[in-house]
Amino acid sequence: MSHIYSITPLNELNHRKDKLLRLLFLMMIVTLIVPVLIILGTLIYKGGSMISMEFLFTFPKNGMTAGGIFPALLGTIWLVAVALLVSVPLGVAAAIYLSEYALDNWLTRLINICIINLAGVPSIVHALHGFGAFVIFAKMGTSILAAGLTLAIMTMPVVIVATKESLQSVPHAFRVACWNMGATRWQTIRRVVLPNATSGILTGIILEVSRTVGETAPIMFTGAAFFLPFLPEGIFDQTMALSLHLFVVATQVPGVPDALPYGVALVLIGMVLILNSLSIAFRIYLRNKKKW
Amino acid sequence: MKEQPLTIQNGEADDQWDLAWFVDKAVQFIMFVGGISAIVFILSIIVFVVEQGFQFIYETLDFAQFFTSPRWRPTSEWNPTYGILALMAGTASITGLAMLIAIPFSLGAAIYIAEFAQGRTRETLKVMVELLAAIPSVVWGFIGLSIMNKLIIDWFDVPVGLTVLNSGVILGLMAAPIVTSIAEDALKAVPDSYREAAEAMGASRWQIIFHVVLPAARNGLLGAVLLGVGRGFGETMAVLMASGHAINLPTSVFDSVRALTATIAAELGETAQGSDHYGALFAIGIFLFIITFAINLLADLVVRDVRKS
Repeated sequence: MSHIYSITPLNELNHRKDKLLRLLFLMMIVTLIVPVLIILGTLIYKGGSMISMEFLFTFPKNGMTAGGIFPALLGTIWLVAVALLVSVPLGVAAAIYLSEYALDNWLTRLINICIINLAGVPSIVHALHGFGAFVIFAKMGTSILAAGLTLAIMTMPVVIVATKESLQSVPHAFRVACWNMGATRWQTIRRVVLPNATSGILTGIILEVSRTVGETAPIMFTGAAFFLPFLPEGIFDQTMALSLHLFVVATQVPGVPDALPYGVALVLIGMVLILNSLSIAFRIYLRNKKKW
Repeated sequence: MKEQPLTIQNGEADDQWDLAWFVDKAVQFIMFVGGISAIVFILSIIVFVVEQGFQFIYETLDFAQFFTSPRWRPTSEWNPTYGILALMAGTASITGLAMLIAIPFSLGAAIYIAEFAQGRTRETLKVMVELLAAIPSVVWGFIGLSIMNKLIIDWFDVPVGLTVLNSGVILGLMAAPIVTSIAEDALKAVPDSYREAAEAMGASRWQIIFHVVLPAARNGLLGAVLLGVGRGFGETMAVLMASGHAINLPTSVFDSVRALTATIAAELGETAQGSDHYGALFAIGIFLFIITFAINLLADLVVRDVRKS
């Protein structure tokens, strides 16, 4: 007499199928990750020898075939700073509006669709917009300001999404308790909601910095130059940028030694990965610390 | 969306018009401005991109030629032609190949993360996927140009390595982490009770995945794929550097092609402002905007449909 828990041939078959499937999916994720690890390894292997204090802190020499990347590094910092100054206040305000004030109506839906599209519009279309709106219409010329604004519009959704998420993770009961004490909405947001969400917002800002550092197409025509022999002195100057510098030394300059573009790529990818890891570590730390 | 704060019976009559009240109203207005800034920016994109391309589209552009001619010869002295068929074919072939790679692998990866991996492994994999998504497109382009190019020439014994194959693989690797994380969210959104119910009926793991979880997450997965397509369609730097940038109607994956986005990136710097060539590039920009807007909107509708049900 067969026991109800005994393993039938069908069970056996299903079990084997399960294992096979698991293996298949594991292989799929491994095929996605392994090539990238190999690529990273190659970048480090070929570009690692370039990285030195001198590389980071001197000007390019001999028509960009030698020397360092200092002006590009500094230019990237300028661009990120301008982009953040615009997109963080606007993005946080937008997130506060969506999370704390907005009703579930057509306007809110429209705003959400626009945010999705700001993130989804091709970067080159953002470049065209920046060129038409800032460089030409607002007469900013090709400048750090125009490029920074273009980047700000493009990366604002990152801040909005992260901020909205962290605001919404603050329990609603906190707000209700505060309202019942007679506090206004803004007092509640400033004293109760925001303090509980700052770290989440910071995570979003770090992510945005990492996005901004890597963007190339939007700054090509709005403010970044292939080569400048001097450093920018203000937001109305042109600048070099690390991401565009990689494009230039990889494709536009003849006679570049092999290792140089690898070195630039390594610095760029290093910055982005460090920023992202920081943001991820921060998020994990927060999750473990959470009191509610 | 949120519950209203406790309302007083007589409406606003009991409000004290003190400083805090005015500050509150002022701040509410500021936040509202922040909120609608997204709409303003989208409108601004439409207005300024259309404005720059309008004159060309209205006066010079021959729509039939624009969409059906494979000849993109904007700099020809006596007979400039503006046909984007070859560019569309380039974008379509690269995006198509990228999706052929990205969709199965990222759905598999998402299923593994959501349904099989546990605890620390799952966290590690999720972090890895997130880091992959962060690699800038210009770095991917450089990888295509330097590493993939040589590999393709060596492995397939072809003269040029900057081809549909190269940029398609690069774009596939770029899009995969994005599709993976959205697809994983969609799988996570399927309630555990579905899985438990199936398990209680004696279903095996693969039966649960293929007959319960995947059908239930269908719309979310479709949204993920659509967003991946949109992403691939709009990618610029990687495609510019890895595709070979030759105007071509591709017949195999070993042909060099040129994409719509890459054309704008490569040529805008060389055109005189207000010239026909300049206008034509903005016309391509408008076309790209319309397509990606439609794809994103569709993805949003599909995903929203999930949340409702």
